[in-house]
Amino acid sequence: MYTQALNIKDMAAAAEDSAFDARFQSRVDAEEKIEPNDWMPDAYRRTLVRQIAQHAHSEIVGMLPEGNWITRAPSLKRKAALLAKVQDEGGHGAYLYAAAETLGVSREDLVEQLLDGKQKYSSIFNYPTLSWADIGIIGWLVDGAAIMNQIPLCRCSYGPYARAMIRICKEESFHQRQGYEIMVTLCRDGTPEQKAMAQDALNRWWWPVLMMFGPSDKDSQHTDKSMRWKIKRFTNDDLRQKFIDATVPQGQYLGLTFPDPAMKHNDRTGHWEHGEIDWSEFKRVVAGDGPCNRQRMKQRRDANENGAWVREAALAFAQKRRARAEAAARIAAE
Amino acid sequence: MTEKNWPLWEVFIRSRTGLAHRHVGSVHAVDAEMALQNARDVYTRRGEGLSLWVVPSSAIVASDPADKDLMFEPTASKIYRHPTFYDVPDEVGHM
Amino acid sequence: MTETPLFRYTLRLADNALVLGHRLSEWVGRAPVLEEDLALGNLGLDLIGQARAFYVYAGEIEGRGRDEDALAYLRDAGEYCNVLLVEQPNGDFAATMMRQLFYSAFAHPFFEALQKSRDATLAAIAAKAVKEMAYHVRHSAEWVIRLGDGTDESHRRAQQAADDLWTYTGELFEADAVERALIEAGIAPDTAALRASFDNAINDVFDEATLQRPGSGFMQSGGRDGRHSEHLGFILTELQFLQRVYPGAKW
Repeated sequence: MYTQALNIKDMAAAAEDSAFDARFQSRVDAEEKIEPNDWMPDAYRRTLVRQIAQHAHSEIVGMLPEGNWITRAPSLKRKAALLAKVQDEGGHGAYLYAAAETLGVSREDLVEQLLDGKQKYSSIFNYPTLSWADIGIIGWLVDGAAIMNQIPLCRCSYGPYARAMIRICKEESFHQRQGYEIMVTLCRDGTPEQKAMAQDALNRWWWPVLMMFGPSDKDSQHTDKSMRWKIKRFTNDDLRQKFIDATVPQGQYLGLTFPDPAMKHNDRTGHWEHGEIDWSEFKRVVAGDGPCNRQRMKQRRDANENGAWVREAALAFAQKRRARAEAAARIAAE
Repeated sequence: MTEKNWPLWEVFIRSRTGLAHRHVGSVHAVDAEMALQNARDVYTRRGEGLSLWVVPSSAIVASDPADKDLMFEPTASKIYRHPTFYDVPDEVGHM
Repeated sequence: MTETPLFRYTLRLADNALVLGHRLSEWVGRAPVLEEDLALGNLGLDLIGQARAFYVYAGEIEGRGRDEDALAYLRDAGEYCNVLLVEQPNGDFAATMMRQLFYSAFAHPFFEALQKSRDATLAAIAAKAVKEMAYHVRHSAEWVIRLGDGTDESHRRAQQAADDLWTYTGELFEADAVERALIEAGIAPDTAALRASFDNAINDVFDEATLQRPGSGFMQSGGRDGRHSEHLGFILTELQFLQRVYPGAKW
């Protein structure tokens, strides 16, 4: 890690110095980007590592529910698009781990913390994909919600994170459209069975998707500080509202019914109001008791363990080759 | 088992636009050949580049942010290096 | 109506690409390292793209209105005519890379030759595919070298993969009546002439990988005429399930 040496020196020298803190905050306030070698408060670094790692883990675990359907995609066009999309998610995970690594942590350590359950990933991926319509729903709603969250992150105060997000948002733009196109095909051009498949998928995913924006502002622990540091720019509730307002007309176009009897348009505010979110379900799934938590982690753990001999072999080969090159150079020099 | 980590490489891409190689991120790889392939697979899935560089992250030497003033401030006052410092009569036209 | 040799031949090329692409897509989310997950995805996407181009063309040649999906999703195993190599299970990472090396070390010189086909469509598809297969050779060769000359365990696994899969390499170079008619017409390359190029590529990689090249031994065959291993049926079961359960639906 090319940033580590400087980081350690700076942190030791400046740990107690609140002048640094004030100077840091004024840089953030002036919309200056904070870069890896710059001094930053320890808590800012910790918050970023936690958030970027969680974001990266979400991309990687997020490959699984959709990856499920690559071999069963119903046409070659859909198969190619889905494979490309799931692969993109792996790519986004890679960009994000790379951004986290500029903060002085290693990807391997972060992955270990994921597998040990010490770091989280987005709970939405603990729900199962039961039909092809779920692939449409994930693109339309899950990616749609993710984009709402991610666009403001392109202006995040931490340079490497912001730059990774710009790249990710650019690539993500096809994901949501891919999903919505599947929904249109099922709902408007499809058979009654296909439409029912779509409605069933919406019924299962709608509430978990709303939970993706995190707890309501009055219960969120991280919002204040993250806003001050410009890691976060909108509150959970603001983003959730924005998402609902954008999504409801799209669902109406499909002729689908949102599974929320309390949902209604407020003509005065111009917003769609929604019913009460069941936060006990959210807490239960985050705590590990969603339908697929164990299954997802097992698949990640298996991939990691089954690949250990491959990673070792590549390292051993590189070492041998280096040793051979050095020996050859010694002989040449003699 | 404590597994040894794969080294980190910084990735630079020269895009189609003819600009210089630009830093895009990093990959893990055990050696240069695989670092190039990994960079290709991770960072050029949409025809982003015509040329790739990979550099061991440990080989990059960075300036110290604490030196920012002494390194970069002194040039700010040398306005005579910029074309707008000099007046050219309007009649002469663009120069 | 009897099918033409050109239809049969194009379908073989399509089936090879689809079945191998499908196998690679099974790896998603399971690779030994994140970068490799992306690499396997890229290899799979190349092959699925090739399959689509060949299916579209096969449908045109046939002239019965079958599109790429009708050909991919509505034929049973006996009508699939891919070589046996590509349907072999992924196994461990060594088996997958070895299968990829064997296939691409054949497919690369094959597409190079097919670029000169007198059939303009096949030549055009080949011109795109040849670059993709060149990368597949490079990527799989680098991995086979690292696994062969890595640790004792990786060496053992790589050698096992080579020994298990070698028996499926003979079929790549077989020419039956279908193919001979097209070779004479200047449409298909003579695969016997590609053997030396394949052998050289494999020998070079195996030398560097410190692996033993398996002896010539018995060569399995039959896939191109619809006689498959047990594995293909399971692939098609997954691949075709939605099209079969909802006949006629659009997706």
